[in-house]
Amino acid sequence: MTGRLAITRCHGALSLQDGGRRGYQRYGLSVSGAMDRLAMATANALVGNAVDAPVLEFGLGGGRFVVEAGRGWFASAGAPCPLRIDGMPIAGHRTMTLAEGTELEVAPPSEGTFVYLAVAGGFGAHSLLGSVSLHLRAGIGGAEGRLFRSGDGLAFTATEYAAPGDRTVDAVPLDRNASIRVMLGPQAESFTKSGIDTLLGSPFTVSHRADRMGYQLDGPAIAHGEGGYNIVSDATVAGSIQVPGNGLPIVLMADRQTTGGYPKIATVISADLRRLAQSRPGDPIRFEAVTLATAREAALERQRAIADLPGRLRRLAGLDVERLFRANLAGQAVDALGESP
Amino acid sequence: MSAPQPRLLWCGDTAITVEFGERIDPDANALVLALDHAVRDSGIPGVVESVPTYRSLTVHVDPCAVAPDEIESALLALVGTVPAGTAPRRLWRIPVVYGGAFGIDLDDVAAHHGLNPDEVVARHAAPEYRVAMNGFLPGYAYLSGLDPSLALSRRESPRPGTPAGTISIGGVQALVASIAAPSGWHLLGRTPVRSFLPGRDPVFLFEPGDAIRFLPIDPDQWDELDRAAQAGERIVECETVP
Repeated sequence: MTGRLAITRCHGALSLQDGGRRGYQRYGLSVSGAMDRLAMATANALVGNAVDAPVLEFGLGGGRFVVEAGRGWFASAGAPCPLRIDGMPIAGHRTMTLAEGTELEVAPPSEGTFVYLAVAGGFGAHSLLGSVSLHLRAGIGGAEGRLFRSGDGLAFTATEYAAPGDRTVDAVPLDRNASIRVMLGPQAESFTKSGIDTLLGSPFTVSHRADRMGYQLDGPAIAHGEGGYNIVSDATVAGSIQVPGNGLPIVLMADRQTTGGYPKIATVISADLRRLAQSRPGDPIRFEAVTLATAREAALERQRAIADLPGRLRRLAGLDVERLFRANLAGQAVDALGESP
Repeated sequence: MSAPQPRLLWCGDTAITVEFGERIDPDANALVLALDHAVRDSGIPGVVESVPTYRSLTVHVDPCAVAPDEIESALLALVGTVPAGTAPRRLWRIPVVYGGAFGIDLDDVAAHHGLNPDEVVARHAAPEYRVAMNGFLPGYAYLSGLDPSLALSRRESPRPGTPAGTISIGGVQALVASIAAPSGWHLLGRTPVRSFLPGRDPVFLFEPGDAIRFLPIDPDQWDELDRAAQAGERIVECETVP
């Protein structure tokens, strides 16, 4: 049975995302997909979905939703943000059954950028090239190739039977103070030694020119070598740190251009991309160089963390816990920040 | 000819670039496309997709599925196994309306080279180009084969918007654009052909390595072809050339 969730009000970059499109970069189409894969996987695991089932991605925004038809079993994860069901506060990183007529409010996150909302069975949407992810520049996926607007709605798989007991999981910390690990290259030699020292030794901040395509950073200019700042275009990856003529680095993200003509001084390792993605304009960024072996170990650790998600879910023990959650909002915020995975 | 030894450059832990040169060079591009072919045929474990460019092949990998040294040796073992430039190629004849509102830089390009606009059109439409790579945005085809007498460095200030289907040149490169985007290249014309059209089968027309010829058409043919293309009709077909 199909349920329907109406978006009565929304702001910020609200889109549908999943694991993204693979195999089309040779045609110039980047992967897209959730900016914080671990948070998407966490929201999906809570409601028993595959880790990359379609989710709603909130980018520095929020919204009000009404279940117009059907009953759904929902869960949120990602950046800590206040949630309300029919006006009553409820914790994030837990499941919630929303019956027909229920209103859910998702407020902008108190820190971090991306919040994910999953529903058991997934959101229904037209899949193109194997994904429902919005790719705004390409005009595909999501809500007919655009961000969601107030007045839109989307289909979800309604839960015909009472959901199993509600459950929760520890929030994944944003680790905003830890440095972002990079591997130097592929074009580190296009920069002077002092240019590389600038990247690794200086504080940067996320600028306001930060979106799903790339995060431009503010900070000291990175010096190019004698070859200048033009290379014959080659391929980019998510995490490529390209440095255009003004010396200010741009980290390419999920909706990036697939090729580029600026030299790439370094690449954010895959395990740390989500932490960079969760940084918002004004947040400080520091880079630290690591080896390929370290990057791969971190990727394997990430893969294990996602595989272990179902085992880390905890049953919520009925009404008392419910009351505790509703009464203790401040405690939840601390919970979301302070716990280790 | 023995294949030149390429450089291997890791791009983080999820991709490795096999670089055959640092310049735009048809020989390097032929080696790139041959290796791309070999990689796609070989099914190396952990390879997710490969992206050919003018001078290098970037191979995206799942770092959890295969060890880096295994990928490196598997790729190096494939270099030279497929002879460069021997595969039969697919040829597309792409209709283009040149000049006027369709190619607002045609007259300037002609004046810069001391040619009349018709000569520029003739020289642009004469060669058989190759799709050296698709990149930047979906369906953007970067071509090699431009007549060197037309080469012209990019505009000093890029235009914030250029129309879908723009046919342009920049430096020694020629471009078939798909969707509207900012560009610093010189706009010679427009094609009604959609190299990228969601909902059509296939969504993308041009494979790296495809051959392209431009076919000048009259402006009064535009509307009909444009409507048909937008409706999802394949207004051009490719032919296989030995």
